[in-house]
Amino acid sequence: MTALLLIVRLAGERVAFPAEDVESVVELEGLTPIPRAAGHVAGLAALRSRVLTAIDCLSALELGSSAVTGPRDAIVVEMDGYPYALLVDSVEDVLEYSGEVRPVRTALDAGWRRVAKGVVDVEGDLLLLVDTGALLGGPTAVAA
Amino acid sequence: MEDLLNEFIAETRDMLEALGGEIVAWEAAPDDRARLDEIFRFVHTVKGNCGFFDLPRLEALSHAAEDVLADVRAGKRGADHRLVSAVLAVLDRIGELVHALETGESISSADDGQLIEALSEKHEPVQKAEAGGSVASLDSRKAIRSIRLSVDLLDRMMSGVSDMVLARNELARRLRDCPGDMAVESAFERVSSCIAEMRDAITRTRMQRIDNLFASLPRMVRDLSGELRKQVTLEVDGGDVELDREMIEMIRDPMTHIVRNSIDHGIEPPEERLKARKAEAGTLRVCARQSGNQILIEVADDGRGIDGEKLVRKAIANGFMSPEQAERLSPAQRTALIFEAGISTAAEITAISGRGVGMDVVRANIERIGGVVDVESKPGHGVRLTLRVPLTLTIIPALTVSAGGQHYAIPRSAIEEIVRRKNAMVRVEMVGGSHVVTIRDKRIPLASLAGVLGVEERSSASEQSLIVLKPAGGDLYALAVDTVLDHEELVVKPAAPLVMAAGLYAGTTLADDGSPILLIDPSGVAAAAGVVLDQNDLEKLAAKAPEEVARRETTPALLFVGLDGVKRTIRLGVVERIEDVAAETIQMSAGRLRVAIGERILPLAGAKVVPEQKVRILRLTDGVAELAYAFREVIDMVELGPELQPATCAGEISGVTLISGDQVEVVDPYWLFGAHAHDAGDARRPVCALPADDPWMNNILRPIIENAGYRVVRVGQNEAAEADVLIASAEAEAAAPAEGKLLKIRSHPELAHENDDSIYRYDRAGLLAALSRSTASKKG
Repeated sequence: MTALLLIVRLAGERVAFPAEDVESVVELEGLTPIPRAAGHVAGLAALRSRVLTAIDCLSALELGSSAVTGPRDAIVVEMDGYPYALLVDSVEDVLEYSGEVRPVRTALDAGWRRVAKGVVDVEGDLLLLVDTGALLGGPTAVAA
Repeated sequence: MEDLLNEFIAETRDMLEALGGEIVAWEAAPDDRARLDEIFRFVHTVKGNCGFFDLPRLEALSHAAEDVLADVRAGKRGADHRLVSAVLAVLDRIGELVHALETGESISSADDGQLIEALSEKHEPVQKAEAGGSVASLDSRKAIRSIRLSVDLLDRMMSGVSDMVLARNELARRLRDCPGDMAVESAFERVSSCIAEMRDAITRTRMQRIDNLFASLPRMVRDLSGELRKQVTLEVDGGDVELDREMIEMIRDPMTHIVRNSIDHGIEPPEERLKARKAEAGTLRVCARQSGNQILIEVADDGRGIDGEKLVRKAIANGFMSPEQAERLSPAQRTALIFEAGISTAAEITAISGRGVGMDVVRANIERIGGVVDVESKPGHGVRLTLRVPLTLTIIPALTVSAGGQHYAIPRSAIEEIVRRKNAMVRVEMVGGSHVVTIRDKRIPLASLAGVLGVEERSSASEQSLIVLKPAGGDLYALAVDTVLDHEELVVKPAAPLVMAAGLYAGTTLADDGSPILLIDPSGVAAAAGVVLDQNDLEKLAAKAPEEVARRETTPALLFVGLDGVKRTIRLGVVERIEDVAAETIQMSAGRLRVAIGERILPLAGAKVVPEQKVRILRLTDGVAELAYAFREVIDMVELGPELQPATCAGEISGVTLISGDQVEVVDPYWLFGAHAHDAGDARRPVCALPADDPWMNNILRPIIENAGYRVVRVGQNEAAEADVLIASAEAEAAAPAEGKLLKIRSHPELAHENDDSIYRYDRAGLLAALSRSTASKKG
């Protein structure tokens, strides 16, 4: 398979997102909290007159929650017509990948296991390929 | 070829739509040549086109219909009910086939033959006298400069323009942050106004006359009433009201359902109607009108009304409520049960409606588009359902508020009123762990927005504002917010499912300052807060209330701003109501300002000159006399305490009091009525009865009597029996009334005989003296 991958740092790890899922990479500031929404929903963000629903990826991975202060790197994805911003630690690179996606063989934390699509071998490093939809859904998505 | 076929499909569909009402009208008046020709032309066109496109089924159907209609046109056959039904059936089939052409479905051709058979059924040829020479040129289809556009394209344009508006707002904000260059600012102003104009135009392209929705009603009513053997007259009004196209589609199903229900359950069969002394044919009134940012659609029938008892029994049987709960329902609440799932009044399930899925779905659909549906029922007299829907789906007027340091928007359509918590008319009590607020003696449950959202309140309770909400289909409740910020028109976007899952929000939007704002869903918040007032608590409150009222030595009063901009207050007891009156109805006449309201003229206080534009008036009454008091606006309802600084001299203002730290003038009703109302109350004036048929008395005598302060009524009117004076011509025989009341008038100066007690008609002094004597004798 040949595909573009977006390499980001998330919860301290380098992971890959299918670049076709990603609309843009932005820096976000000042989220509007959404009381009573699911825990991994960090709030609303305005981006060029659009309202994005921001997802706290740490919390979606059940790895605690990130303290949101100051500008944050986020990747904008669109799912079912709604724009979302996934808050990540940092965005590293976009690269072309022509290897194969292999199934995950190692034991992962529950949160990672849920969002892992497979593993990709990028320049000698094994990275998790993230299922964007599963990440968005958050911890409750499995039950649903 | 493909394009041509699409054109044919679209044209046929348009024609069919336009024809819907015509056909029913034609049935009602089979002699209406114009309508017949219209229908004939349609089938003829379809037939012609079918040959061209090689569509044999359509051709056969339209050909058969054309033949029959040609016969009718030639007077060989009459347009009876059966024939019309058969033609309708064929037209329906044509519609289905055209739709199938478009979507590529297939429709069984099995019963085409039957439809054609039904047309050609052997009837006795009916000879009809042809109205001579009425075959005018009927090419009424006007050439309209228009093009066909795909709706998707329009939608894309609309969303593009919405984004543009938001982008403009953002730019405006940036410009405000770094002010400076005038040239840039004026250029921006220009862009800004262009965008506003554009938004307007695009919004209008999406508008459709609600006629589009109403056009299918005549046909539906006809079919349903035929099927149910009822007679129904349909009255449609307000078809020219315009509504967002999408909105029309959203209310199509609910409307259909309501109409079906009315005919099926509401309007009685003819026998029953006759028994109930109603016209044999029921009336179904459908009307639409615009009211501010909302469209009101009313569907009213004059049928049997909703049987609240039956609904209650059903609700209890379904376990929806306990008999104890049911007992406490008000009649309106009983009627509103019709909107609850699984409750339907029909004794038996019919094919038309009455499966118990219906009105709950109607309500859900209307609520989904931000609308409200209300029901009013008068047993025996009919039901009126009112749908209130916003003009468009995308731009809604909203109130922004803050709670827990964050801003939220509340759709204005759900807001009934806004009051300050520290207002003296507002009392908050704790009952069984939940809050209840009493606003002007009305108790409603109270929820705190911050509480529902699980955030911290940022202002002390007394600083809070209470927003009284009427969620779609639900009961009133008050929502406490920290502060009320502003009214804004917001471009609302659907919120992501993750946000909607909270159940509290209706959408998201950007406020004018560019920050995202959540739009509150009043029904969702009500459900989350559990604002249902237990009736037991209410009763406890009711028992407690009177002593409290007695303890407070205050009177409710209305706080308002006078035409001169001064804050005044007046005791609520003398205010009968508040009305808007046009400036033209106010005139300086006979030495003072007066306002004409309906059939009456009232003295007008509160203004010194005729206002330039319409004003609001308070209608005041002391129980007998009435007068109007012009003012600018109502501020609030307040409690007037005993503390009053009296005015230095008696006048319109009795003194000054302190309300929320402001000095407020207190209007003195005693002085007002004393000064203005001496000629106001009809009831105080003596009444004089004149013969109805005497022109001299009515034209010449009447003004003199009226000038003397009498109210003139005519003999034979009910009031005449109570008249203080009865005037009669001495020459005419009048029934002798009570002593001292009759005043005879003769037309000749000389007395007719010795005991003549009549007065010569032009003896003004004598007349007036006699009048005052009569009144005095009555009073004495």
